[in-house]
Amino acid sequence: MKRFVARHVASLPKSGIRDFFEIVAKMKDVVSLGIGEPDFDTPWAIREAAIYALEKGKTHYTSNLGLIELRRAISRYVDSHYGVDYRPDDEVIVTVGVSEAIDLALRALLNPGDKVLYHQPCYVSYHPSVTLAHGIGLPVPTRAEDGFALNVADIERAWQPGCKVLMMNLPCNPTGGTCDLPRLEAIARFAVEKDLIILSDEIYSELVYDGVHTSIASLPGLKERTLFLHGFSKAFAMTGFRIGYACGPAELIDAMMKVHQYSMLCAPILSQEAAIEALAHGEDSVKAMREQYHRRRDLVVRRFNAAGLACGAPGGAFYAFPSVASTGLNDRDFAYGLLESQRVAVVPGTAFGENGRGYVRASFATGYDQLSEACDRIERFVNAAVPCPEPSSS
Amino acid sequence: MNPVLKLLLEGGNLSTAQLATISGLTEAEVAAHLDQLKRERVLLGWRPVLDLSREASAAVRAVIEVRITPERGGGFNRLAERLSRFDEVESCYLMSGGYDLLIFVTGPSLQRVASFVSEKLATLEGVISTSTHFMLRSYKEGGFLIETGAPESGRLKVSP
Repeated sequence: MKRFVARHVASLPKSGIRDFFEIVAKMKDVVSLGIGEPDFDTPWAIREAAIYALEKGKTHYTSNLGLIELRRAISRYVDSHYGVDYRPDDEVIVTVGVSEAIDLALRALLNPGDKVLYHQPCYVSYHPSVTLAHGIGLPVPTRAEDGFALNVADIERAWQPGCKVLMMNLPCNPTGGTCDLPRLEAIARFAVEKDLIILSDEIYSELVYDGVHTSIASLPGLKERTLFLHGFSKAFAMTGFRIGYACGPAELIDAMMKVHQYSMLCAPILSQEAAIEALAHGEDSVKAMREQYHRRRDLVVRRFNAAGLACGAPGGAFYAFPSVASTGLNDRDFAYGLLESQRVAVVPGTAFGENGRGYVRASFATGYDQLSEACDRIERFVNAAVPCPEPSSS
Repeated sequence: MNPVLKLLLEGGNLSTAQLATISGLTEAEVAAHLDQLKRERVLLGWRPVLDLSREASAAVRAVIEVRITPERGGGFNRLAERLSRFDEVESCYLMSGGYDLLIFVTGPSLQRVASFVSEKLATLEGVISTSTHFMLRSYKEGGFLIETGAPESGRLKVSP
């Protein structure tokens, strides 16, 4: 049957995380630091809003762009939190998670063969999404020594004629990397110079622990060339609701809407109703969850370094990305070995691209006690893996 | 009664080590008792007792009497459980008498408590009426008297 599968789909590798998690799923007593979603359930008031909407018979299609009340709420939220003002009528589209927003944006923007710059390590879907939209992905490396921030010099090196889009995810899954203002400004200047459209996936932007998050869309002259992509999954712990949005210039939102209306039609109405409640009253819950993630981040970073795994403090998101070089193992062997002998699941860095080689992703979206237990086990594993120096004979 | 629970209820602010010394158990035994109490959901959690008028982030508190329609099969439970899950709700009791549920609510401002009542509580199918009473002042909190200072003991230092 293979001959029927489209070439660009056949060429895609299966997600590196999948086969690893098949093994994890079959094991008992595993402490998993491999999960890319909050361990918190959606705050009750948000869940209750969805139940209430269901009771009231809100079971119909919505406008393709999404409920206007939600788009108004999104517009107010983005203005007050990111300092960018979008018109709810034609500059905001509600999508089925940021994943759909990325897909819509790429399909709306790319002609076959257009090139897309994206930083790597990155979320597993970035390269495949570009390929599925018939584009060509060009990875830009980020490095541990500068906290996995995105540097314009690396973008310049990766740039080729035919580049149309720059995709960014700051704070970053899997590295937790963020960008300071001077770096962002340099990237902005480069984008203007090369006439690039920026896809800015800011799904983790509420979860920033050091300093403040700045959206590249808020820099002078960048609103016109940026699609600001955001959603409710991470900050409001609403992954299963599958609800996100894109804000940007009306012509681009309109183009994305065309793809959306012929594929998804609209985001589920119950999720949209829940999202309205999240924006209206959910901020206290976001703050409470952020404080917990912050404490957990400090715990895992301290413990990883103490165990001998070099790990910078991630500026945002809920992932630590320690190097496993000190163990003499590669990331894959480390992850499989750790799972086998200590029953702790972390994701090999190469699942997030070639530049993740030698690192593993450890999610701290897990209870403090479990994290503490995982750190104990990792320490035991590292101690067993690292050959002790021979005691010098006296 | 569980010896550890008895000591806890006497209100002393005791560490596990102190609990062990007083009850004559080992620390591990005390910890095992505490674990068991938590597992059996007798001990639900720990909370400090505060004089909220002195706490900087003073909260607004209200007691709400709610009349609801009981349902076949579940009686008052489904609605009571649904209401109980809101963060604003501190406690929720099924009552005998003129109303069905008594709900203790806390919020950062009068407005927030009011919006909880008018938008969340009163709008629910099955809620017949609500009657909200805002708390003005607290004289005793969780067994502790408020604003009376340490009582002067009238006892003599030495007595025959």
